[in-house]
Amino acid sequence: MALRQAVESRFRAGILSMVRRTSGPLLALFALTIGFAVAESQFATLANLRNILDSSAVPLVLSIGMTFVIRQGSIDLSIEGLMAACSLVFALVVANDRMQFDLGWLGLPIAAALGAVFGLANGLIVTRLRVPSFMATLGIGSTCLGIAMLLSGDQPPLIRDPALRHWGLGQSFGVPNLALAAAACLAAGFFVEQFTRLGRYSYVVGGAESVARLSGLNVDLYKVGVFAFAGLMTGMAAAMESARLGIGHVEIGAGQMLGAITAVVIGGTSLSGGSGSVLGSAIAVLALAVLADGMVFVGATPYMEKAIQGGIVLVAAIVAGWQVHDRLRVVK
Amino acid sequence: MSVAALRVEGLCKRFGDTYALRGVTLEVRPREVVGLVGENGAGKSTLLKLLAGVTRPDGGTMMVRGSAVRWRKVRDAADAGIGIMFQESSLVPDITVAENVLLAHEGSAVRLGIYRWHELFARAKALLVKLGMTISPGADAHTLSFSERQLVEFAKALAVETRTCDAPILLLDEPTSALDERGVATVLQTIEELRTHASVVLVSHRLEEVRRVCDRIYVMKDGSCVGERDARTCTVEALQRLMIGHETGTDFPREAVRSQLAETVCLEVRQLSRRDKYVDVSLALRHGEVLGIAGATGSGCEELCRTLFGIVPPDSGTMLLDGRTVALRGPSDAVAQGIGYVPADRPREGIIGAMSVTENMTLAHLAQFCGRWGIDRRREREVAERWIERLRIVTPCATTRASDLSGGNQQKVALAKWLVGKPPRVLILDHPLRALDVVARRDILKTIRELACDGAGIVVVADALDELLAVSDTLIVMRDGRISARYSIAQDRPTRQTILEKMI
Repeated sequence: MALRQAVESRFRAGILSMVRRTSGPLLALFALTIGFAVAESQFATLANLRNILDSSAVPLVLSIGMTFVIRQGSIDLSIEGLMAACSLVFALVVANDRMQFDLGWLGLPIAAALGAVFGLANGLIVTRLRVPSFMATLGIGSTCLGIAMLLSGDQPPLIRDPALRHWGLGQSFGVPNLALAAAACLAAGFFVEQFTRLGRYSYVVGGAESVARLSGLNVDLYKVGVFAFAGLMTGMAAAMESARLGIGHVEIGAGQMLGAITAVVIGGTSLSGGSGSVLGSAIAVLALAVLADGMVFVGATPYMEKAIQGGIVLVAAIVAGWQVHDRLRVVK
Repeated sequence: MSVAALRVEGLCKRFGDTYALRGVTLEVRPREVVGLVGENGAGKSTLLKLLAGVTRPDGGTMMVRGSAVRWRKVRDAADAGIGIMFQESSLVPDITVAENVLLAHEGSAVRLGIYRWHELFARAKALLVKLGMTISPGADAHTLSFSERQLVEFAKALAVETRTCDAPILLLDEPTSALDERGVATVLQTIEELRTHASVVLVSHRLEEVRRVCDRIYVMKDGSCVGERDARTCTVEALQRLMIGHETGTDFPREAVRSQLAETVCLEVRQLSRRDKYVDVSLALRHGEVLGIAGATGSGCEELCRTLFGIVPPDSGTMLLDGRTVALRGPSDAVAQGIGYVPADRPREGIIGAMSVTENMTLAHLAQFCGRWGIDRRREREVAERWIERLRIVTPCATTRASDLSGGNQQKVALAKWLVGKPPRVLILDHPLRALDVVARRDILKTIRELACDGAGIVVVADALDELLAVSDTLIVMRDGRISARYSIAQDRPTRQTILEKMI
């Protein structure tokens, strides 16, 4: 009851601005979907839409954490290394061909917790040792990659747990299981963003860190919290991808980082911090998945697809900064 | 006699080698409204920031309700019931009004880290209603108008009431500067109501308003309290006299001003306007003339300077250089036209601390020092050394890092940047004397006069009137974006009093 009241009062006031902020990516998503559906009859089939959902599940989970980090004015470049380490640990603690563990579903929270610990390390290095997040996360990411390589050896562990494999590949109610998991993560991310200090203060820290400090907020604490939350999401994404592929692999996160940052920026979060929502990022992830999928249908090669994706990122960045007219605005 | 709500004794604050506060002593009694007035740079804002725990004092004691305190962080002061409203904007743009108002004072509206939005909105609404505001507490802060934002900041300072059971102490830094008549009336009314249970320190440029609402008024000048007056018996004129000190005017000897100025106009602007900043500004600057502009913060004079240098384009109006209409496309265009600009924020915009004195001087005209093989380091060095000598810059050598110089010498380096090339046509100096000691100020003023004698047209914006009077040939006073008075110093030298009346 209290929750309903809270939700109502929050969104009676704020829903309009929320819709306005996400209107850009939403429009892109609709335009792309309708465009491809008209151009290619095979695109709008149930099987293909399912495909799109399935392929956007992992990027979506990653983009949730990344939204928080970018919104507070930091960046997380450790995603790929973190995913590798979490993937290896996940594969080794569930039933596998290398080790005797058989923890089953417990593997998911273990992978997520491990991600949170690495995220915590990111945050502590940024706040305690005062290393810019760009370098700190790059370092932790590389360290994690090393750990993953040690765990992997020359024979990546294969996952032998039938329940997890089925979860990673199957579907419920006609929707891929991983997409459902991603939706649950999105709901959790949205709750944290709108209803907790961690989420609300990430706007304050990113929008005006000096104001946050002058108001007496423990800025460092919330910064560390956001990095840990992002790590949690990354660990979760790693477990999901491993369950799908049935393997713990060092290369599991290859290319995911750029995708996550791209989605967050297209989704309306400014790289300088202070604005944006996980909803916008999620819509952008879907739009990018539709684009990637549709390109194949209309006969584009993967190379062209990359180039077009890059072009879209640039256009989105230009549109985002268009209204600011200050001639002395520093762009770095 | 009850114990004072707030008492400070001998409070000192130093920034680098200049004193912002030198031994301030004052007292605020329970349920008393105390006014704090003084010219720009007198130390009012610095004092408030010390009281609120934003910065720490270098000396002196603070007592709150009879016990000595030493704030380690802002939170300590807030816990003791001290709320502050800052002069500069302290709203976070992308969160709601309610969150801004109750930031760090959410109390029971956040339980176990989870927001109870209805309670948060209700409490913020109550504070907003107190100020006669009808805006929704759920609106995003960036959608507010300028004056709405100021009222929200006031509500934010009031929020400290919800935090402590003691009588709160509110520090208000220019709470009415952006408000219209009605907003001002609301704020003053609210302060009047606060009197029943709180103590208030009010900083304002609007002396009439201070006199009306306060019980006692402290006057600050150059970092110390120079007077304490009963608000009921003192007059605005008496306050102004105290603010500017004795009417001697001998601090800055007037340099030999040439009574005969050149007839040719080097820079002219006609009906220049920019929304919310300045309106209908027309002025003409002759070769060899020093044009002083006096104006309080928010009067638009700083923005005008930035327009003259092409940083912010005007919405309407024309600008002429040597009789030809120009539309500056940006600062580099202005430099190409022979305009130089020394910004007010020296460490951030004026000099590059990590680069050498020489490099700082030549960076705007580097093309002139390029030979066939790139930058001619020797010639660059020679020119720099010539100007170091000419401007009497005290530096170990020409390759010293600029950040190692004293403030006054840094300012000279910033000036020299526009002199190493061909002589500038127009120099725009935005608060060139800010945060400098008296010797450095005098030195810079002398340099400005010398440059004018070489034929440059110079625009100077400054805080302190005696300095402006000493250096200018013509003086313009700006208030609320408009020119409110013009004086030709040689013919009718105005008193500081009359200028101050035109400013505020």
